[in-house]
Amino acid sequence: MSTILLRHMVKHQRGTIVTINVTGELGRRIREMGLIPGTEIAICGRAPLNDPIALRLQDSTITLRNNEADHILVQVEP
Amino acid sequence: MQLKMALAGNPNAGKTTLFNQLTGARQHVGNYPGITVDHKEGRLSHGGETIIVTDLPGTYSMTAYSAEELVARDYLVNNRPQVVINIVDASNLERNLYLTCQLLELGVPLVVALNMVDVAESRGIEINSAALSRHLQVPVVPIVARSGLGTEALLDAAIAVARENRPWTPLTISYGDDLDAALAEMLAIISDRRFLADTYPPRYTAIKYLENDQQLVERGEKTDAEAARRLQMLVDKSTDHTRRTLDVYPEAIIADQRYGYIKSLLRQGVISRKYDADRLYTSDRIDKVLTNRLVGPLIMLAILFALYQFTFSWSEVPVSWLENGFSWLGDKVEEILPEGILRSLVISGVIDGVGGVLGFVPLIMFMFFGIAVLEDSGYLARVAFMMDRVFRIFGLHGSSVMPFIVSGGIAGGCAVPGVMATRTLRSPKERMATLLTVPFMNCGAKLPVLALLIGAFFSEDRAQYMFFFTMLAWLVAMLAAKLLRSTVLRGAPTPFVMELPPYRLPTVRGLLIHTWERTYQYIKKAGTVILGISILLWAMMTFPHLPDAEQAEFAAKRQAILAEAGAEIVALLDQQGDDLPVEAAAVRERLAAIDNDQAEAALRHSLAGTIGTAMEPVSRLAGFDWRTDIALLGGFAAKEVIVSTLGTAYSMGEVDVEESQSLSERLKADDNWNRVVAVAAMIFIMFYSPCFVTLVCIAKEASWKWAAFSMGFNTIFAFALAVAVYQLGMFFGLG
Ligand SMILES: Nc1nc2c(ncn2[C@@H]2O[C@H](COP(=O)(O)OP(=O)(O)OP(=O)(O)O)[C@@H](O)[C@H]2O)c(=O)[nH]1
Repeated sequence: MSTILLRHMVKHQRGTIVTINVTGELGRRIREMGLIPGTEIAICGRAPLNDPIALRLQDSTITLRNNEADHILVQVEP
Repeated sequence: MQLKMALAGNPNAGKTTLFNQLTGARQHVGNYPGITVDHKEGRLSHGGETIIVTDLPGTYSMTAYSAEELVARDYLVNNRPQVVINIVDASNLERNLYLTCQLLELGVPLVVALNMVDVAESRGIEINSAALSRHLQVPVVPIVARSGLGTEALLDAAIAVARENRPWTPLTISYGDDLDAALAEMLAIISDRRFLADTYPPRYTAIKYLENDQQLVERGEKTDAEAARRLQMLVDKSTDHTRRTLDVYPEAIIADQRYGYIKSLLRQGVISRKYDADRLYTSDRIDKVLTNRLVGPLIMLAILFALYQFTFSWSEVPVSWLENGFSWLGDKVEEILPEGILRSLVISGVIDGVGGVLGFVPLIMFMFFGIAVLEDSGYLARVAFMMDRVFRIFGLHGSSVMPFIVSGGIAGGCAVPGVMATRTLRSPKERMATLLTVPFMNCGAKLPVLALLIGAFFSEDRAQYMFFFTMLAWLVAMLAAKLLRSTVLRGAPTPFVMELPPYRLPTVRGLLIHTWERTYQYIKKAGTVILGISILLWAMMTFPHLPDAEQAEFAAKRQAILAEAGAEIVALLDQQGDDLPVEAAAVRERLAAIDNDQAEAALRHSLAGTIGTAMEPVSRLAGFDWRTDIALLGGFAAKEVIVSTLGTAYSMGEVDVEESQSLSERLKADDNWNRVVAVAAMIFIMFYSPCFVTLVCIAKEASWKWAAFSMGFNTIFAFALAVAVYQLGMFFGLG
């Protein structure tokens, strides 16, 4: 088990969110979409220019930009 | 008595579908004052009650970050509807209940409409609505908004709740020991001073303070500064504490606890799943192709091109009907009314004005229909996803692409539907920057002007020049957006965090309602203003009249020609048709030449002419003479007017926009024109003030202040470019 930034996850990799270190509007937007510590995610893919990222949650698909993903720490299997 | 009912829910939960299902055609769409968030209201009767339904904007939460969220919250606390229907997406229950939680904490009388149970079922998700209702302690009614299944039961439940008319009873969720302790202290102050008690329940106020909700904090400061100060101190203290011990802000703890509450509730026999989470749904399979990194962009280009074709080619037929209708009307008026001011006013002011407004209607309808298909199917979100990286460079948003394309990103669009298409953008700054730069695109009305000048001066390689000017429009629009976003619209980019909704087949009814609503708004809002401005511009180009002496001079010239020709030929002149004897045709031509000279003189003498002539010393910097100035003034009305006004100014008579070869020859021969002037003029025409229909739309979508800004900024910007081109070009002797 190791923790990495969401930005560095690759396609189809799965993991569990550990922390989300951002406040204000961005923090709130991330959380209200259901991205909170403990949430299991899988990377669906990236846009043609490698940014934004699309994530799969249990029941929905969420997109966010790389620099927004920088605030999210994920525990992944090695 | 009338009951007030509000619909609240996440974006894409099916609110609009339910609203349409409930109210049918009895609805009314407007805007909330000052912002472009739709305010929809409808009426229905059920079980002997008349109910006024308000469709609140879709939101994920109830904080004060976006206009939509503020509108939803303010509506609830200020209008106090007797019942709120919270529509939740059963196939994405956990996330949807996050908003439900906040509605319950606010204490509004709630009924949960568990929508999309059909989708949930197909995904193997089973929801025990009785159990959910027991845990939430509000009625839960499963429905399928799309087919209307369950809506009767929903209304029954809603009316029962509304009739109870009990006071608001806020739900209490525990936020962990630390925050609960802080909340208790804050509650003491709030209850003691009845702080904001008229609007919010005490605990809700306290939570919002911990969440650092800007709107509520500001309001608190205004109503009771002392209490606000004490609350803020408590907030700072507990923020400090949670930061030190847990390294998080209270707002994060609050969100976690809310989700914790929802999760534990769902685990108690509310939800059961047949399949494991890894199952790929149809939607994911479609995405494998449509957002594929290689094929995705190609398909997107094809789809956008198709939308463009659909909007502009298919609408041609109704547009030409309208045009024919109005020109028929013009002809009729010409027959009925005697020549003079009144006729000129009715034809050039009123009919052209109304025609100008209505002429856009088919375009707008087709565009909104196309966009509604993309939006309702879920594809628009994918376009934003794929394009975001590019547009972000210029301070825009992935969703900006649609307005740009519609406005003429593929040459020949129209900025009016383009400006209106910015409605799909939910980020205020990015939306404003898009709205202000889409008029730079080469719309269909600029094309004849460009074609005229390119035809006159660069006839060898038309296609290349057209392509060059299309690319130039993109480049300049993007750079201008960047400029705006680093100056007047400065600010951090709005987060891109958004949902890619599952693909869904749009319903015809939904599409039609969507299209009609927006088209109607255009007619209603833009119509009156545009008619007024049209008359104003007409007056500018008509008054003051030529002095009598000069008119008499032209009349005398005509008389002289007629006298010279002799009665025999004059009698022939009244005949219709082209098969006149040579002499008569020559006389007719000479008369027409006099008419054209008079029209030129009259135009020069009018207010517009006076302004144009007065501007000449300045416009000379870019190589424009007074004739061009007047034509450019006319371009404020509509860009295609430039060609016809140039025609009048060069005493060519009425020049048909589609067939301007004669004018093109005339310009080529004129001393004031050369290749450099032509390029400077084209650049100016591409980028100066949007036509006034677009300006009115900007005013309605943003504000009159922004419309004025757009007019001023674009004109100065375009003039600077034109001067630079002209001066450099002449310096290097390219003329
Ligand atoms: N299968 C199914 N589809 C539904 C149901 N209700 C709505 N839809 C579809 O879901 C999509 C979104 O519905 P809308 O009514 O536009 O959603 P909304 O909540 O108004 O979304 P916003 O306008 O973004 O706030 C549409 O394509 C609907 O046809 C349902 O019960 N079952």
